[in-house]
Amino acid sequence: MEQVIDILSWAFLIAGGVFCVIGTIGLIRMPDMFTRLHGASVVDTLGMGFLIVGMILQAGFTLVAAKLIIIAALILLTTPVATHALAQAALHAGIRPKLDHDETGGHIAGEDASSNS
Amino acid sequence: MMYFVAMVAVLVSLGLALTRALLGPTMFDRVLAGNTIGTLAVLALALIGFVTGRPEFLDIAILYTLLNLVGTIAVLRYFKLSESAVPAAPEE
Repeated sequence: MEQVIDILSWAFLIAGGVFCVIGTIGLIRMPDMFTRLHGASVVDTLGMGFLIVGMILQAGFTLVAAKLIIIAALILLTTPVATHALAQAALHAGIRPKLDHDETGGHIAGEDASSNS
Repeated sequence: MMYFVAMVAVLVSLGLALTRALLGPTMFDRVLAGNTIGTLAVLALALIGFVTGRPEFLDIAILYTLLNLVGTIAVLRYFKLSESAVPAAPEE
């Protein structure tokens, strides 16, 4: 039983670490700010989730596990808020997503054409 | 041992996110990288708590999670306000 939990915990911790590295590689390699948000969200959901689950398996049914669950819930609640505010602020400041072929002519729906820069 | 492997992965990710924060062409890239660094720091703190066998680090991690959100929103708000020093439509 002990060994099963250890092996599961190894798997979760390694998966979490791999997803953290993948997310931050995306943060480096993606072409513009709005696609980099996707790389950051991999770290915030899968990387964080797998690492926390791996640590909870090691902690067992204790106060430490409760604190880890609180941390996971807080991260899952707060990072979407921060990401949304960030994307909203970037659009507000006039940054436009990089498009392969621009069907709207640089025009974002619900905005007047004079604000394009 | 397994915590050290996860710790190395988190530290490598921290380095990559820091690179983006230093490179970032716009201010928003830097804020995004700062947000990611905050999440990774929380994970690193939790792992340090397990490595050293001191669960008190988890309390610091909880606090840092909340500060991360407040810090990001505050920075965005600050830049928005300093921008609208130029006469513009009043904010609702």
